[in-house]
Amino acid sequence: MKIRTRGAIAVLAVTLAFMGLLTGCSQQESGGGPSGVLTLNSAGSTLAYPIYSKWFSEYHNLHPNVQINYASIGSGGGIQQLRSGTVDFGASDMPLNDKLLGTFNFKIVQFATVLGAVVPIYNLPGVNTDLRFTPQALAGIYLGRIKKWNDPAITRANPGISFPDKDIVPVHRSDGSGTTFVWTDFLSKVSPEWKSKVGSDTSVSWPVGLGGKGSEGVTGVVEQTPYAFGYVELIYAIQNHLAYGLVQNPTGKFIKASLDNVTLAAQSVAEDLAKDIRVSITNAPGPDAYPISTFTYLLIPVQINNPAKRDTIKDFLHWMLTDGQKDAEQLSYSPLPQQVVDIELKQIQEIH
Amino acid sequence: MTTTTNILPGGSGKRAGGRIGSWRGRLLTGDKIAHSITLVFAACVVLLGVLLVLQLWWQSSLAREKFGWQFLISSAWNPVTEQFGALPFIYGTLVTSGVALVIAVPLGLGAAIFLAELAPRTLSDIMAFVTELLAAIPSVIIGLIGIFVLVPVLRVYIDPALQSAFGFLPIFAGPIYGVGLMAAGLVLAIMIVPFIITVSREILLAVPADQREAALALGATKWESTWKVVVPYARSGIIGSVFLALARALGETMAVTMVIGNAPVISTSLFAPGNTIASVIANEFAEAMGTMNLQALIELGLVLFAVTIAINALARLLVLATTRKGSSHP
Amino acid sequence: MRFRDYRRKFVNIVMLSLTGVCALVSVSILFFVLGYLLVHGWKALSWDFFIKLPAPVGESGGGMGNAIIGSAKLLLIALLSGVPVGLIAGVYLAEFSGKAVGFTVRYVADLLNGVPSIVMGIFIYTVVVLPMHHFSALAGGLALGAMLVPIVLRSTEDFLRGVPSSLREAALALGASRWRAIATVVIPAAGRGITTGILLALARVAGETAPLLFTSFQSQYWSQGFNQPTASLPVMIYTYAISPYENWHRQAWAAGFILLMLVLIANIGARLLLSRRASPARG
Repeated sequence: MKIRTRGAIAVLAVTLAFMGLLTGCSQQESGGGPSGVLTLNSAGSTLAYPIYSKWFSEYHNLHPNVQINYASIGSGGGIQQLRSGTVDFGASDMPLNDKLLGTFNFKIVQFATVLGAVVPIYNLPGVNTDLRFTPQALAGIYLGRIKKWNDPAITRANPGISFPDKDIVPVHRSDGSGTTFVWTDFLSKVSPEWKSKVGSDTSVSWPVGLGGKGSEGVTGVVEQTPYAFGYVELIYAIQNHLAYGLVQNPTGKFIKASLDNVTLAAQSVAEDLAKDIRVSITNAPGPDAYPISTFTYLLIPVQINNPAKRDTIKDFLHWMLTDGQKDAEQLSYSPLPQQVVDIELKQIQEIH
Repeated sequence: MTTTTNILPGGSGKRAGGRIGSWRGRLLTGDKIAHSITLVFAACVVLLGVLLVLQLWWQSSLAREKFGWQFLISSAWNPVTEQFGALPFIYGTLVTSGVALVIAVPLGLGAAIFLAELAPRTLSDIMAFVTELLAAIPSVIIGLIGIFVLVPVLRVYIDPALQSAFGFLPIFAGPIYGVGLMAAGLVLAIMIVPFIITVSREILLAVPADQREAALALGATKWESTWKVVVPYARSGIIGSVFLALARALGETMAVTMVIGNAPVISTSLFAPGNTIASVIANEFAEAMGTMNLQALIELGLVLFAVTIAINALARLLVLATTRKGSSHP
Repeated sequence: MRFRDYRRKFVNIVMLSLTGVCALVSVSILFFVLGYLLVHGWKALSWDFFIKLPAPVGESGGGMGNAIIGSAKLLLIALLSGVPVGLIAGVYLAEFSGKAVGFTVRYVADLLNGVPSIVMGIFIYTVVVLPMHHFSALAGGLALGAMLVPIVLRSTEDFLRGVPSSLREAALALGASRWRAIATVVIPAAGRGITTGILLALARVAGETAPLLFTSFQSQYWSQGFNQPTASLPVMIYTYAISPYENWHRQAWAAGFILLMLVLIANIGARLLLSRRASPARG
């Protein structure tokens, strides 16, 4: 039994040594240990996660000593983490209005990065065509007024398709979400009842529905739950082969979200954009514009004390506004209008 | 309980000749140092506990001042208007734990009876060991099974069956999603069953043999002897094991978060989505909007902590009373 | 009267069989979980899985190398911070303590044991993450270490108390001072038990996810030092499981399988090490 004690201690020692080795290995792998590598931490929007994930990975390939870490926890989380200073910069689909900016005790610069589209996704067994949704139908589903798939509000817009007499399972975000902000912003514009009852923000009091964590969670729930209905950024629908519907814009046309009609949405409010890039582009007036489009933003502190971090962030922003925009299309995000790019290239100078 | 007899060569230094000779003196100082060092570490443990409670208390002060006792009975949870009430989460926690107990107690007690009364000792030991392994499965893995196995099975087979048979009861009415309070209760049951089995088995084994023999001698069947004599004898210990399991269920986070549907609402139906205190903290903590939200979540943590401690204490008292040993079981 | 006897016998057989069914069901859950993880995780287990970083979202391939190392790092910190405290405090309780102090320490340890792991995460967030202004592996490791303390303390104390007093008295009778007796005789005698207790405690916290959610947070890269957020196996399993990507689901199964295997091996190993009960009089 002395051998057993030794055996136990030996096992423990080996485990420790192994863990120590692994830990040491990790320093080697990343190129020379903590002294050589600059790590930036960011968090926020799940809507933009796919493009940011791609960008940070590519930037890392171009600059191997820079690691930009991104935690996809929702725009609400990004704003909060930035405010408490636990991340270097944040990401949010909802631009910060002056009131929200006032809650920060340091100044922030907001950079629009790409344009995205929030699309209605659904899981309707047996129906293979793209469905059309009027704004009232969308509001009704989430208000709990439209309970079944064969409700006239839905069937009227989709003649020729037979809908099952089944309950709709609405899915919304359970976390603070910029996607929610865009969705509810649109609903508030098209439904006075929605505006007064629920309103628009990153987190609202949903009358009905299941909660999913992050765009990933909502997509996952809709994917796995028959007769479910949700709202996510376009790329999530595409990457996961989920059907997404057409939405009726103010001119009456049913638009299926794509790169072009999202860009049109931005273009149709070009004048307002010039004054403030925080303008909302939902329900935009253009005849072919997709009505639930949005910019998404990176929130950068104006004053960054660490020179290495500051220079890296500025360099990244420059790269993002020039080379990075090419990646957007592959992931079904629309690149920024040139007008916005010009404004922001100048804005980089504000960071010191 | 082992008593360490305080025998030093020659008794205490004072009695032995009155002189603290160099050799003996060194002995005493060595002991004193050892005593002090170990005391410091023990004090660290106490310090950790005290600090924990204090931090929870302080960091929720704003929320506590604003809401007071209303916090526990209000249903509002709106990060935007900064209205926070814990009732939906307390409800969710209680309901899911309740469902878990309803499933796990009969199952666990039945298994414990089998292991303690019927199975031959070797088989009983092996099965008890396997049960302990079940308790060691991390919560996130049970959650994994929950999402991809349990939820579809519930949605397609079990929930509709329950609804068609008992749909007139409000708890089985309403739309079926698969995820929800029922699913959460089920994963909790899987996680607490091992505790009930392990502790109940030990308690039943500790019941003196003459109790059983007396019953059998009077003509009872094995089942009657077990159910009517042995189990009542061990009743408080078994109830203690149930409380232990309950305390564990209240604090479970990951598996519950993955299958509960994440809706901060109170519904009468078990098929409806909900939230527990632990799951809402897990979901919202990293992104709490603003200090009040964060503090409200910390206050929730405080509430959970207080309830868990109370139930744990109760459980240990009950288990202690039955086994009548000095040290309680893990 | 005869009918009643038959009925009692019938009830007897039915109920006893039911208890057997209950036992069978409870035991088979473990095998079901294990089997399911194996079947679904096996396909994703590849060399890549162990050494590669996660691929950008939506792309196939990639691995969990960083999560494996991250978890190892967290456990190392937990070991270094939690085990000494629990161990030495356990020595105090078993060897030195008086009634009142002993009762207090045990009570607080019980309290800590009962803390839901997510509350421990909140605690470490407020005392480590907020003052440091970022998430870090250190914070995550400390959260796990804090959870280790009561477990290690209780098991150390139990095993030390299990050493027969005759051993202690023999050592003291031979002229050893108290601390010498403890260090050279009592602790080694309980050594096997204490070590396995530590091993079991480590296995227990290795699977904890909740305390890591807002302490060590997440990362897509290899863990850097102890001051940065790090990926960890349980958090990654959680993140991947609730995502919509098939590729990620498969990796979650694989990671779950690895994690479960490690936990089970530790538990079974600990039991084997403890199994042969030593006779009371041993040298």
